[in-house]
Amino acid sequence: MNWEVVIGLEIHTQLSTKSKLFSGAAVGFGAEPNTQTTLVDLGMPGALPVFNKEALRMAVMFGHAINAEIGMSSVFARKNYFYPDLPKGYQTSQMDHPIVGKGFLDVMLEDGTTSRVGITRAHLEEDAGKSLHEDFQGMTGIDLNRSSTPLLEIVSEPDIRSAKEAVAYVKMIHSIVTYLGICDGNMAEGSMRCDINLSLRPKGQQEYGTRTEIKNVNSFRFIEKAIYTEIERQADILEDGGRIIQETRLYDPEKNETRSMRSKEDANDYRYFPCPDLLPVVLTQEYVDNIKATLPELPSQKAARFQSEHALSEYDANVLSSSRAMADYFEVANGVVKDPKLAANWVMGELSKLLNQEQLDIANSPVNAQAFGELLIRIKDNTINGKTAKDVFQAMWNGEGSADAIIEAKGLKQVTDTGAIEAMIQTILDANAAQVEQYRAADEDKQKKMIGFFVGQVMKASQGKANPGLVNPILAKMLKG
Amino acid sequence: MSIDKQDVQKIAHLARLALTEADADQYQHSLSSVLSLVEQMQSVDTDGIEPLSNPLEMTQRLREDIVTEENRRDAFLANAPQTEAGLFLVPKVID
Amino acid sequence: MFEQSISTLAQKLRDKDISSVELTRLFLARIAKFDPQLNSFITVSEKHALEQAAAADVLLQNGKGTSLTGIPVAHKDLFCTEGTLTTCGSKMLHNFIPPYESTVTSRIQQAGAVMLGKTNMDEFAMGSSNENSFYGAVKNPWNLDMVPGGSSGGSAAAVSAGLVVAATGTDTGGSIRQPASFCGITGLKPTYGRVSRFGMIAYASSLDQGGPMAKSAEDCAHLMQAMAGFDEKDSTSAENPADDYLASLNAPLTGLKIGLPKEYFGEGLDSKVADIIMAAVKEFEKLGATVKEISLPNLQLSIPSYYVIAPSEASSNLSRFDGVRFGHRCDDPRDLLDMYMRSRAEGFGAEVQKRIMVGTYALSEGYYDAYYLKAQKIRRLIKQDFVKALEEVDVIMGPVAPTTAFGLGSKTSDPVAMYLEDIYTLSVNLAGIPAMSIPAGFADNMPVGLQIMGNYFAEAKLLNVAHQYQQHTDWHLQTPTMVKGA
Repeated sequence: MNWEVVIGLEIHTQLSTKSKLFSGAAVGFGAEPNTQTTLVDLGMPGALPVFNKEALRMAVMFGHAINAEIGMSSVFARKNYFYPDLPKGYQTSQMDHPIVGKGFLDVMLEDGTTSRVGITRAHLEEDAGKSLHEDFQGMTGIDLNRSSTPLLEIVSEPDIRSAKEAVAYVKMIHSIVTYLGICDGNMAEGSMRCDINLSLRPKGQQEYGTRTEIKNVNSFRFIEKAIYTEIERQADILEDGGRIIQETRLYDPEKNETRSMRSKEDANDYRYFPCPDLLPVVLTQEYVDNIKATLPELPSQKAARFQSEHALSEYDANVLSSSRAMADYFEVANGVVKDPKLAANWVMGELSKLLNQEQLDIANSPVNAQAFGELLIRIKDNTINGKTAKDVFQAMWNGEGSADAIIEAKGLKQVTDTGAIEAMIQTILDANAAQVEQYRAADEDKQKKMIGFFVGQVMKASQGKANPGLVNPILAKMLKG
Repeated sequence: MSIDKQDVQKIAHLARLALTEADADQYQHSLSSVLSLVEQMQSVDTDGIEPLSNPLEMTQRLREDIVTEENRRDAFLANAPQTEAGLFLVPKVID
Repeated sequence: MFEQSISTLAQKLRDKDISSVELTRLFLARIAKFDPQLNSFITVSEKHALEQAAAADVLLQNGKGTSLTGIPVAHKDLFCTEGTLTTCGSKMLHNFIPPYESTVTSRIQQAGAVMLGKTNMDEFAMGSSNENSFYGAVKNPWNLDMVPGGSSGGSAAAVSAGLVVAATGTDTGGSIRQPASFCGITGLKPTYGRVSRFGMIAYASSLDQGGPMAKSAEDCAHLMQAMAGFDEKDSTSAENPADDYLASLNAPLTGLKIGLPKEYFGEGLDSKVADIIMAAVKEFEKLGATVKEISLPNLQLSIPSYYVIAPSEASSNLSRFDGVRFGHRCDDPRDLLDMYMRSRAEGFGAEVQKRIMVGTYALSEGYYDAYYLKAQKIRRLIKQDFVKALEEVDVIMGPVAPTTAFGLGSKTSDPVAMYLEDIYTLSVNLAGIPAMSIPAGFADNMPVGLQIMGNYFAEAKLLNVAHQYQQHTDWHLQTPTMVKGA
């Protein structure tokens, strides 16, 4: 059977506010257990929530970024269920009136095509704490530091049809929220977590199949792998004539499989109702418009500008704008060298190569964008050639100093004096009289193949410092005799 | 409006209340009488009436995003039935 | 001394006729003497009180402080008090010592009042008789066989018996006014949002409101001066500044328009109570008021609307009592579910469990629209009735309860019958308007309260109206025989 996969994603994005969604406790990763908690986060009797202004602003920014309707009157609702990491016995979330309504994103796939993914809604909610399963007298420990941390839950339509598309969509969301500065994007620390709703249906069938929900997947790679394994699992069941059970599953990266979460099997009735401790959040058009006016340039806008302003290819523009840090690096380097194509090639080439090798984020590059730009200047003005530049860059990476200092110290300056080059060529021609004879006797096609030999000899004699742009024409002229 | 004992047990489970058989009998009776009492609402025509959840119909005030609270973990943990290493302890949670 | 008003006591303290420590000892002695019969206190914090009194004396010595400085008060045991046991009348919180202070108690403390202790109440404020307390029923000082009303029954009984000068209460469906009526004291439920709910253990968040309970309207005004006002820690707190509640107490009532809702005088109202209310209204006419019959057509619906909304909110508010971070946890839980189920079943009393289940049912899938949403729509109708009526009249008057205090144990077998007795108080909470109960006479030797309802934020008006009545009557000055002369 030929199956079509149908995927919808719920992305929980932790907003990078200083304090919590409903309390003045600090937000942060890795603090000692329960040291970042207040009455509100602990659900103490008589504690009351007050809504964080910045979380609201961030949610509205996101709404604008995905072309969404902004909820001018949004309402917090309580989602009631018992769990030890949920101190109040309810999660304060939004149900009928979310802060961000319908929107969409155009996602660029690897093959260069674009697909539009609908976004149903994005709503504000508080995070839960954490259950620590290390053994404490055979019990579970509860840390509520994360309790009441602001989350924006971004819910997509079931518009996604492949693992690759899912990853491209999540990457795009990641890129947007980090561009906006509303999330640090640190997936390893759980700043972005993804729930995957997945079902299969025979190609051509209209109605959806029964779906499963894979909870809390927190890396791009795991999202892709979890989708592949779940597709396989569901397809196996369906092809054996079985039925998919609607359930919550967990992805185990070590075994690369999904398994049913028994604890969530209990059919839940969340008894949503408007939270009586919070009031409707009513926005003015002016507030919403002001946020729109101050929105930073978004990845797609930046890519378009890179194409129009810097004449970069669509591919280069998209790669460079995929992360705000990389785009900023490119722009600073290009500001120094004023050669967009050269800067783009080097950022996407040599810089990215070394960053990947050492698994470094561009923000932590040992060579900053200004110094990088200065290196590129020396390529552009022919002080060094591309090959030498790679060595200089490696030396810069190793902390040996600026491009100019390294070129100076190692005497890597290109020879651009035509007299010196002519003398060098003459020496080579004299020492290889036989080859010169052969060259002169050959036809034009053969000559083109043979000239490489002489170029190589010249470069060798100059220790790579002869400017290839000068060597070639002079050599051709002198070989003619 | 009356509910059966199975309903009572279902509600009690949702509300995390352990009921004995005798409790369930008693609550079946008392819940049914409360539900009959509130049943009279159904005869009222409320078409077009907006629900009222806050009597003053005010809107939400916003708090500045600043950290105002200090760590008072020990004071909070002092009321907990069981703790260790700064954590609240509960019977094993199985995911 | 125990019968004196706050103004008089404040003057005596200022004049050094008596010190706060002496006054505090006097009241502590009265508690020791009478409370074993009344059971109005859950906790008496003698040491703490004497420390506060000593501190108040220092302030008074230096000519500082407010009219509450050095005055002994008590708080309903659902206001969180830092370092002092706060039980909410429940086994669930039998060991709960909050590391924080409610806004109400904090402000009263700031004003210099001395807290003698925490008063008994129906568990989680659910009840109208104070028989639903884990700490035992409270007795009515006017007749020990009678209930004091609820849920702020401990505060009402303590003030009535002169065990404390004034007390705080909370009112979700009548819990200040009905016990005030039954015990012959003055109580005010302010406009929703006028008094902060921060640190008040929630029953039904959209209905709960703290307020003063004292012998007179003037004493209530003194407490309101400290209690009322905006609190940034409560999102539902009203931002408009609180009035000066003492300033307008003496305004004349000439031209005051009183509305009498015909629905408050229908079937079910005890005729003796009705006579007393009508006599009180006559008194107001003598003071220059005019009276007009009005209608609050949806009054009857306040009962079903309230008994859906309040339990629904309660079912969610009380989910935090789960045996994890504070309060009761059952012995030897088998597993997590067992811990939840037994801790909550053991920690909560029957009435609380029942209301949690009613609310859980009303919010559950398939019933939400028919119950919760419907109740909220009716809530709007009820609010509209008051808004319309208060366009025509300044205040609305009527009984607080259909009868005087009933016998202990006489209604426990039929809780729905007890719900029906809340008919005159519930609608005020649903609408969110302020209302008072003031002593207006006696029927068969038991006090009868007159209810005065006003427009949003018209607390000063209500206190003025009540005070003027109390200037011309002495019902509020009566003392139960059991404590007379002692």
